[in-house]
Amino acid sequence: MIRVLLPAHLRTLAQVSGEVKVTVEGPATQRSVLDALEASYPMLRGTIRDHVTQQRRPFLRFFACAEDLSHEPPDAPLPDAVVTEAEPFLVIAAVAGG
Amino acid sequence: MSKVRLLVGTRKGAFILASDGKREQWDVSGPFFAGWEIYHLKGSAVDPNRLYASQSTGWHGQLIQRSDDGGKTWQPVDNKFVYDGVAGTHQWYDGTPHPWEFKRVWHLEPSLNDPDTVYAGVEDAALFRSKDAGQSWQEISGLRKHGSGPHWQPGAGGMCLHTVILDPANPGRIFIAISSAGAFRTDDGGETWRPINRGLKSAHIPDPEAEVGHCVHHIAMHPSRPDVLFMQKHWDVMRSDNAGDSWEEVSGNLPTDFGFAIDVHAHQPETIYVVPIKSDSEHYPPDGKLRVFRSRTGGNEWEALSNGLPQRDCYVNVLRDAMAVDSLDTCGIYFGTTGGQVYASSDAGDHWAPIVRDLPAVLSVEVQTLS
Repeated sequence: MIRVLLPAHLRTLAQVSGEVKVTVEGPATQRSVLDALEASYPMLRGTIRDHVTQQRRPFLRFFACAEDLSHEPPDAPLPDAVVTEAEPFLVIAAVAGG
Repeated sequence: MSKVRLLVGTRKGAFILASDGKREQWDVSGPFFAGWEIYHLKGSAVDPNRLYASQSTGWHGQLIQRSDDGGKTWQPVDNKFVYDGVAGTHQWYDGTPHPWEFKRVWHLEPSLNDPDTVYAGVEDAALFRSKDAGQSWQEISGLRKHGSGPHWQPGAGGMCLHTVILDPANPGRIFIAISSAGAFRTDDGGETWRPINRGLKSAHIPDPEAEVGHCVHHIAMHPSRPDVLFMQKHWDVMRSDNAGDSWEEVSGNLPTDFGFAIDVHAHQPETIYVVPIKSDSEHYPPDGKLRVFRSRTGGNEWEALSNGLPQRDCYVNVLRDAMAVDSLDTCGIYFGTTGGQVYASSDAGDHWAPIVRDLPAVLSVEVQTLS
């Protein structure tokens, strides 16, 4: 299982509170975690990654273990601490907006 | 007894304002989708409890929400708007080619006879349709591919398809408008389209009378006379008596013929309303006086309606989808402002009063008249 912390708007949309846990098939990567997240919560499709390009939406970042993973390749392995559930995978919304 | 339900989209959520037929006391519910921009909400004419809402943010993009119980509960439906085939390019502000990119849904127009069919006007300009209550969307690509698409340019607010009007007498006929391309019509359900901009004059394009390139802000039609259209253009209020084949200016004695909103009285098809706005850059009412102007002659002769509206120090705007009329015997008219007020008149504009004063900036107002 992978612990995922979503920004507030997406927790509301997915009707969850706090962290969610998703089961990943194969290696835990950004892509596999987001695939599993969208499979469990279809309403999140298009809100984190573009529907077609699968690119991260520009006002979002991916953090874990106090590191910004946003520019890592989507198939790069996530840190061991995320895989072992010691740390969550964070989807962060930019501090922006009026 | 009849009831009225206003669907109000704002910069930070949706609100539903409800009243009985007297339209004196109002219940306010919301915000729904708090913190999200709600460009537009609209109910089905054949199932008033079926509502659709366009919800978006810069963080998370576009969502479409559907309610089957008049707005008490909502469920997200499909938000995948993918252009048909190779998207191609349109012109950017500087005249260079720019790829077509989906940004948001500006307007949702439910079918007049099927609650599961709904049209979506989007930015970058295209028309989509869902036939399954929003569970999937398909582009009606004949519009974007009819030939002039590569020459379309965005207005200041983006290249948005903001107006969708379905002809109640002719199921195959749809009118749409795009800033800043102009108005278009199909007579075959969307397969083929043609520009309907003859008679428009726009000084901001090289040929002021070009076939496309006009910044049409909004169009209104009375359902009893679907060939008569009224248009608020970037500048000029226009009228067509032949379904858009040609237009004539009817700005008449308006203090300024710039504005966004335009609508038609529910029972008097020659009575129309606009809210003149100072431009090109101010975008607030002239002289700080918020006034609706009414013409009972289908244009040219206008009277100011100001009773109950602020007549000093008012510097709000009224956006293109933020005016609507109910169909009660004494026609009610409503509009929302960028200052967060929603004003109502239950006597066709003679007297006004605010329903709410302090909402987030209002983007759209629609009315449902319920029996």
